[in-house]
Amino acid sequence: MRARNYFVGAAFALLASGMAHSAMAEDLKIGEINSYSLLPAFTEPYRKGWQLAVEEINAAGGINGKKLVVISKDDGGKPADAQTAANELVSSEGVAMLTGTFLSNIGLAVSDFANQKKVFFLAAEPLTDAVIWSKGNKYTFRLRPSNYMQAAMLVEAAAKLPAKRWATIAPNYEYGQSAVSVFKKLMSEKRPDIQWVDEQWPPQGKIDAGPVVQAVAAANPEAILNVTFGADLVKLVREGNTRGLFKGREVVSFLTGEPEYLDPLKDETPEGWIVTGYPWYSIKTPEHDAFLKAYQAKYNDYPRLGSIVGYQTIKSAAAILTKAGSTDADKLIAAAEGLSMPSPFGEITFRKIDHQSTLGAYVGKTALKDGKGVMVDSVYKKGSDYLPSDAEVEKLRPKD
Amino acid sequence: MAFYVVQFLTGLASAASLFLVASGLSIIFGVTRIVNFAHGAFYMIGAYIAFTLTERLSGALGFWGAIVLAALAVALIGVLVEMVLLRRIYHAPELFQLLATFGLTLMVEDLVVLIWGPDDLVGRRAPGFKGAVDFFGQNIPSYDLFLIVLGPVVLGILWLLFQRTRWGVLVRAATQDRDMVAALGVNQKWLFTSVFAVGVFLAALGGALQIPRDAVHHAMDLRIIVEVFVVVVIGGLGSIVGAFVAAVLVSELNAFGILIFPKISIILVFLVMAVVLIVRPWGLFGKPEAPARKTPGLAVNPWRPLTSNERLASLAALVIAAMLPLFAGNYALTVGSEIAIFVIFAVSLHFLMAVGGLASFGHAAYFGLGAYGVAFLAKMAGLPMIVCLLLGPLLGCMGAAVFGFFAVQLSGVYFAMLTLAFAQIVWSIAFQWVSVTGGDNGILSIWPEIWAASPSHFYWLALGVAALVTIALRAMVFSPFGYALRATRDSLLRSEAIGINAKRIQWTAFVIAGTTAGIGGALFAYLKGSVFPDNLGISLSVDALVMVLLGGVETVSGAVIGAIVYKALNIWLVSQTDLSKLVLGGFIVLIVVVFPKGIVGVLEMLAQRRRKSSPPGSPLIAKPIESAE
Repeated sequence: MRARNYFVGAAFALLASGMAHSAMAEDLKIGEINSYSLLPAFTEPYRKGWQLAVEEINAAGGINGKKLVVISKDDGGKPADAQTAANELVSSEGVAMLTGTFLSNIGLAVSDFANQKKVFFLAAEPLTDAVIWSKGNKYTFRLRPSNYMQAAMLVEAAAKLPAKRWATIAPNYEYGQSAVSVFKKLMSEKRPDIQWVDEQWPPQGKIDAGPVVQAVAAANPEAILNVTFGADLVKLVREGNTRGLFKGREVVSFLTGEPEYLDPLKDETPEGWIVTGYPWYSIKTPEHDAFLKAYQAKYNDYPRLGSIVGYQTIKSAAAILTKAGSTDADKLIAAAEGLSMPSPFGEITFRKIDHQSTLGAYVGKTALKDGKGVMVDSVYKKGSDYLPSDAEVEKLRPKD
Repeated sequence: MAFYVVQFLTGLASAASLFLVASGLSIIFGVTRIVNFAHGAFYMIGAYIAFTLTERLSGALGFWGAIVLAALAVALIGVLVEMVLLRRIYHAPELFQLLATFGLTLMVEDLVVLIWGPDDLVGRRAPGFKGAVDFFGQNIPSYDLFLIVLGPVVLGILWLLFQRTRWGVLVRAATQDRDMVAALGVNQKWLFTSVFAVGVFLAALGGALQIPRDAVHHAMDLRIIVEVFVVVVIGGLGSIVGAFVAAVLVSELNAFGILIFPKISIILVFLVMAVVLIVRPWGLFGKPEAPARKTPGLAVNPWRPLTSNERLASLAALVIAAMLPLFAGNYALTVGSEIAIFVIFAVSLHFLMAVGGLASFGHAAYFGLGAYGVAFLAKMAGLPMIVCLLLGPLLGCMGAAVFGFFAVQLSGVYFAMLTLAFAQIVWSIAFQWVSVTGGDNGILSIWPEIWAASPSHFYWLALGVAALVTIALRAMVFSPFGYALRATRDSLLRSEAIGINAKRIQWTAFVIAGTTAGIGGALFAYLKGSVFPDNLGISLSVDALVMVLLGGVETVSGAVIGAIVYKALNIWLVSQTDLSKLVLGGFIVLIVVVFPKGIVGVLEMLAQRRRKSSPPGSPLIAKPIESAE
């Protein structure tokens, strides 16, 4: 057997670890992982967001006098690769904490890794409720409003609609499945008179939109819940517009108001959909103004929701590190639990009970303005108002 | 009633898009025998260029002109790729071209983001086909009607081209028997180039025509490439009519299937393919391939066991590798473990491909089953780690026994595609059966016990198992079973004539390879502490293929080197650069050109040549065999 080949592997591995030691010993390092190559439409603005945060933090004197350095890795959309990256960041770079991730399964994989290696992990984007509830652990915190919270915000508006016959269209994977099931559950609680007449589960990224639209129309619903996003959403909207699916029907849609997903639709943006999103053009608060100005000055581009998530992830990490005054995981947890801090959306708090932040989202309606899709009548919904009671959360979350 | 008619027409429109791309792939494969993994990439570039052109050129003429122009431009790129890259490697071992086209695909995925930016692009609607036609209260988009007409029109044009022109006669002849066409004095170079250009043109046209209904983005290629392969195989390789019928079949089954099972889309094409291939081993319209007139290329360098010096050297290298924990950190050791596990995975596929001549496109299924086996045993039964490691791979063994039985009835690309179908079926079960497998959120917290938890201990474990597996498989190559397996690979007819039960031998080999992959998967579950459907997915199967081809499919254990180089490079590039796919793809293309027999294959050839340098080398080795193999 050619065992000599192992030596080559060892050499490569050594090389890989040897390349790493570039940052100064005085720096405070945070490890960041995201699906940069798989989801550039989201992760590019996200990267710009956190880079802005790093710049601001260091301009203001760093963290307790130390310069903040973020070491960023690509996971290529694969949980196994995310763990390799996490391991490199922890074992080889010696980062104080892990942050980032987009896809739910990657968030869970890194969260499990953090639990095993006793490392603090601040999940930025993954929406699955499991990260903080059924598979929650004491090392993992999460920034973005979860599936449950977004569903609860949309249900509040949807329950006021007169529609009784509902159909759902969602991508066939965990995110789509849990979004639909939470929405259905909360909706049926508020409106027992509702009927669910059809559900469509196109594979994520591979929707055959024509037949799906036709099938939903055949069930003749009065309202539709959509959970698809990205390229699938574009195809669905185009087929739906041409085939008249949305005419005379209410549509409630997850995430569609985020510029990442709304902007590509251009003049085909359907009007009057109830959506969650980020109307950066109509938010008039001092916190957001400051963020917007700084962002536009640095990049000469407008922010997407990803920019907010990236920015606030690193800002939150910095706030936690500053308060803890240490990089010890247990001290970081103690510092983070119940910690409040400013954000471009107003003050947020990392809850002690389940480590979810109270960052909220904007709910509004889609509209067409100058051939572009926008969100109108947007209202900010605080995350803290859309979480289940503490008693319920206790039941959902395993004991640490 | 009107609804069913409209649903049928909608299905036809989907079929037309699929057919355009599939027909191109079918033609290319039929003539050149290239498994063109880059076909999806050409489809995507077609869409991107068409987007840019339709935004620039105005009016109806501008739009349609832009579509055709984009397809022509991409065809030109295709010609360049064929002449510069593929021409160099027609003589390489079978499937080696797949490696080149895989490298190209990786590069293209990064390049389109660099050129066109990361955002999804939504192009113009087609002038004259913006609205819908009312059909008894149901709306049919007029663009769908256009596509429904276009499909058969393209089919007709291709039919005329193949039946009524001299070029078409040559293409058909080459599809049937390339060697004979070459023997009759036809200039194959230009025939291949022109066929490649036509195939790429059709792919790009298919992509460009998606502009009015789809978003243009950097993952379009992956979305279509597998599906298109499936359509081509269902139809029968090289059969254009078959591709059309298969496209219609798949699209209609999907259109009506979702009315009853809304979750069927995720697996439908693979189910159809599995059923078709089991019933008709050469697809709906394909013909059995004539027994290949193989030049004994594989027998030129007879395989031999290592000499005692080489054994000592290998042992020494293993000892050195085992000393890694003395001077390397935890991260390097974990990467070392991962590489060792992928060595296990790659040598298991190598055994099937190189020794058995059976290229599996779905080998990750058995790797993943091994991982899930461990997860079930550890999480549900709560068994100790050592028991899980021993029993977990049995799930891979069982999967291989069941699927292998059906798969070995087939050969060549049909075998490969049936293994892919089985792998996708297993994947979709893992993905959909949320209550047992956790769906795409996977099964978490399968961490090793204390004795194996430290990175150095786990590294020794993985290294030891990898060494044992490699030695065992090597021993098998030189056992009577190995000789019998090689006989079935080199000539099925002759091996059966001397009394070898070929199917049973191949089935056994399949089970051995599947179980070995399962061992790799079992270790992988403990290395990562979790199991996801990804572990059974297409991209992992492709990774394994790439490792084997990179090492050299005509060698005894080239996959060891292939796995180390590919995995180490991959991990290192992803960690060091944002453009890892571009660099990795470029590197693969470079290797393909410099090492046309794989890294180990070329090194062995050079060593062989030096050994024989005093008497002039055998002409068979000295120059590539002049045939279109």
